[in-house]
Amino acid sequence: MKQSKLNRVTPSRALFLVIAVIILTAIAVVCFIPIWHVLMASISDPTQVNVSKGLIIAPLERVDLTAYSMILSYKTLWSGYRNTIFYIILSCALTGVLTVIAGFVFSGSRFYYRNTFMLIISFTMLFNGGMIPTYMVIRSIGMVDTVAAMVVPGALSVFNIILMRTSMQEISGALEEAARLDGANDFVIMFQIILPLCKATFAVIMLFTIVMKWNDYMSALLYLPTETGLYPLQMELRKILFQSSQEITSSSSVSNATVYARGVEYAAIIVSTLPILLVYPFVQKYFVTGMTIGAVKA
Amino acid sequence: MKKREKAEKIGASASRPVTGGYIIGGGVRAVPHNLILDIRRNKLIYILLVIVLAFFAVFNYAPMVGLLMAFQDFSPERGIFGSEWVGFENFVNFFSGPYAGRLIRNTIAIGVLDLVVNFPAPIIFALLLNEIHEKYFKKTIQTISYMPYFISAVVACGLVMDFTEAGGPISVLVANIVGGESVNLINQKQNFWLIYVLQNMWRGLGYGSIIYLSALSSVDQELYEAARVDGAGKWKQMIHVTLPGISTMIIMMLILRMGAVFSVGADKILLLYSPANYEYSDVINTYVYRMGMTQADYGLSTAVGLFNSIIGTILLMTTNAITKKLTDTAMF
Repeated sequence: MKQSKLNRVTPSRALFLVIAVIILTAIAVVCFIPIWHVLMASISDPTQVNVSKGLIIAPLERVDLTAYSMILSYKTLWSGYRNTIFYIILSCALTGVLTVIAGFVFSGSRFYYRNTFMLIISFTMLFNGGMIPTYMVIRSIGMVDTVAAMVVPGALSVFNIILMRTSMQEISGALEEAARLDGANDFVIMFQIILPLCKATFAVIMLFTIVMKWNDYMSALLYLPTETGLYPLQMELRKILFQSSQEITSSSSVSNATVYARGVEYAAIIVSTLPILLVYPFVQKYFVTGMTIGAVKA
Repeated sequence: MKKREKAEKIGASASRPVTGGYIIGGGVRAVPHNLILDIRRNKLIYILLVIVLAFFAVFNYAPMVGLLMAFQDFSPERGIFGSEWVGFENFVNFFSGPYAGRLIRNTIAIGVLDLVVNFPAPIIFALLLNEIHEKYFKKTIQTISYMPYFISAVVACGLVMDFTEAGGPISVLVANIVGGESVNLINQKQNFWLIYVLQNMWRGLGYGSIIYLSALSSVDQELYEAARVDGAGKWKQMIHVTLPGISTMIIMMLILRMGAVFSVGADKILLLYSPANYEYSDVINTYVYRMGMTQADYGLSTAVGLFNSIIGTILLMTTNAITKKLTDTAMF
């Protein structure tokens, strides 16, 4: 009862809470409505979507999957899908190995000059060569129009190194010492003693890598000027959303292609976005951890 | 041989706790550091270091050497060491050209508007959410508001285009509010700035609040208790307990964002803009992209990019210095 005196809800407090709930609900609605609109439009009759104005809250007249059957026959979207998954696997492997290596070198007392070299590396966060010089370097080492250009350039980032290094520094040195006395070499220590204890950080780095690669279209735009067969998903989506979707509709032997364009666009968005939206709530807590350590330590 | 034994002996007897089998703190300090010896003992570490350094040398430092192109009439055939040096001609050409004014204006307008709107927005969102103690409501709002972050830039910008064209949901909504016909919004002068910033807000509001929420949760609850006992209402608690509690985080984020004000990213604008709205949408980075990648004017675009990143670095350093002086909080 005493507690409730301190915590009692005054009228102005109640008003504040009501307003706060209204604002927060409004924000959530604004965040969600566009996604819902796209989902509903994608399962409506494309010819109706083409002429409808304003938001689509429920399927127009009836559920119609024409747009999805058109998108299924659109080969390059699926090759983009396949390429993106391939790039994600490669990027995760490369980023994982390189970041663990760098974290291992720069954490602990293994390396005398660690702070000097960490400084040299951190400088790249402050200042960089920029788009064109980076492109010229990638071109001069023969990476343009290859898979490597999509995977290697962003594989190691200072931010990830700092995350990894911080997490490794928190491990007691006694553990490493004990392993060394048992005759373990560096590789054993790095991958069998230290890495398992940094699982959470490692998972966070992998998640960041996956999201980054999933969303990435700039590296394809810059580094794949002619090799369109290597285009990732986002480049294919860009073609569908920003150029014309007539290519798709005409390929599926439909006359009067433009009336289907909008519906097909929305089906393409759902097909390419739904997987990540369905998975993310389950890994949400890792993002929260990652953002938190990143912000505190970086 | 003798030296090695000596080093090991001193290391072993050092008072500092021994961590790892490598260079031992006390030992290193007691005898001058010997690079050759260190490399011989820690071969693997140095091999791994070379891999890491090689990566940064190629992808980060080599492009910095490439910045020399800014002072050249660069031709890819002759390379960076064979091209003709022209001094500051590229810079002069840019600043005396017809586009410098509008590029700088658009970059500053979009960068500043983005800062003013999208820097405080996640903080306010987090503060509001922090006042709610109903667990499921809070959790639901969080999950939904983080969602747009996982919509890719390409899709988000595609939606912006669809929604703001004549007959699109946003355009219809605006027409209902201000009256008149629903028209294409994005090509109407400064609208582009607002649309860009709101698009960023949609994607980043929830996700950006994550770090503030976690900072809020680590504010000492006893401070609230103490403030309450002293008769502070909720508002006073916010001013005197909550905000000081997360001020470090706010300042860190501000420093990072200040550095980015001038480097409005090319990726989203490249998707959203079209020649019809270049007057208000073209920023320095998109110009760099067009000049470099489609017109192959490497010298000019490198010069413009260099100008851009120097300003960015100066802004970052200045904010850092100011906050260090005023609040004792700084990145470096």
